[in-house]
Amino acid sequence: MAEMEIEMKVNGRSRRAVVEPRLTLADFLREECHLTGTHLGCEHGVCGACTVLLDGDAVRSCLMFAVQADGAQVTTVEGLGSPDALSPIQEAFRDHHGLQCGFCTPGFIVSVTAFLRDHPAPMVEEIRSALSGNLCRCTGYQGILAAVQAAVSDPAPTTG
Amino acid sequence: MKPAPFTYHAPTDLDEAVELLSELGDDVKVLAGGQSLVPMLALRLTAFDHLVDVGRIDELRGIRADGDALWIGAMTTQASVERSSIAAGAVPLLSRATPLIGHFQIRNRGTVGGSVAHADPAAEYPAVAVTLDADLETISVRGRRTIPARDFFLGTWTTQLADDELLVGIRFPVWAGRTGFAVEEMAQRHGDFALAGATVAIALEGQTITRCSIGLFGLGSTPLRAPVDGLVGARPADVAGKEIGDAAVAALDGVPSDIHASGEYRTRVGAVMVARAWASAVEEAGRG
Repeated sequence: MAEMEIEMKVNGRSRRAVVEPRLTLADFLREECHLTGTHLGCEHGVCGACTVLLDGDAVRSCLMFAVQADGAQVTTVEGLGSPDALSPIQEAFRDHHGLQCGFCTPGFIVSVTAFLRDHPAPMVEEIRSALSGNLCRCTGYQGILAAVQAAVSDPAPTTG
Repeated sequence: MKPAPFTYHAPTDLDEAVELLSELGDDVKVLAGGQSLVPMLALRLTAFDHLVDVGRIDELRGIRADGDALWIGAMTTQASVERSSIAAGAVPLLSRATPLIGHFQIRNRGTVGGSVAHADPAAEYPAVAVTLDADLETISVRGRRTIPARDFFLGTWTTQLADDELLVGIRFPVWAGRTGFAVEEMAQRHGDFALAGATVAIALEGQTITRCSIGLFGLGSTPLRAPVDGLVGARPADVAGKEIGDAAVAALDGVPSDIHASGEYRTRVGAVMVARAWASAVEEAGRG
């Protein structure tokens, strides 16, 4: 169980660490990179709170080891927007009350970011299906669905 | 850190991978997409001294026509299959089964070979492989071999693969002519493993069935083929889907019972899934 040196780009910044192979990518992001926006709910792939983008694809960061992401580009919710400059999807979640306690929200935001990038004009059934991989225990999903629909019909305002 | 400690190996070619598997003996496990193995490790349902991650071996990836079959590399992700127009055209049953696997985030990591080698009896890809008589290509230090899908699955999570053997790719036969394919399953929530499911593949010539295969999943310790006696040579208009469904589950034995559903209920659901898949496959073939 020798420790291994790994390096990856997280939100555009190079991160290098020596880790045990059994460290999940989620724990690496939270504990080594101090990026605690990636939340851990179930830690076995059911809840989706830990979703991040791995080379652009939405994946469960609790279902892979940090050593598997050696050399990869990772984007966490921190890389999508900031409190001063929310992403259009984050704005839509705020405007349509797509959250209550907020625990599941980073996973939803990351999943929806990848989904809308790949499906810019989804049908409502496709949105429901895309949301099915993330669990929310507060809002009952209707606000989340409304937020995603708003993000579809109201693309990011162009600046200038 | 929840899993027990292990040593991680990430070979970049097949020779290195099979050497490692041979050297490391019986306390080694192949790590593919990890969407089943990693949760099992995290819950400590299982533990290994060594994991061999085959995700960095390029030869294990790809989707390509290969004679009268479609070859898919074991490490090809389910998401790649879902996006592949080649797969959709050549093996529609595989494409149609893919969105039923987990969620899109799972399919971005989960692999064709991992699904098949994991051998969950309620999983879609093993059932598709059995339904279509796919061939599974493996490699070990002893050489390569081809295992017919119908011989591959021995029981829940148990296959013919030896500890030191690696699944390389799967050849799915391409059915020519006027064909119809359908998969139906019932799960408690979208993305869950099915309580019961069925696959149907048929080919017609004129109004006559010339070839047909019915697969069942979630209804035994392995994916199963249902008997299709009397169907080849018959006209679809003369056979009722309900009767085919009832016949498909009539001889089932040892249908699993658990907190989610009794064996009796699963059997009834299985019959309905066969009937629905039959109707939809017949309809498609009729249009062809």
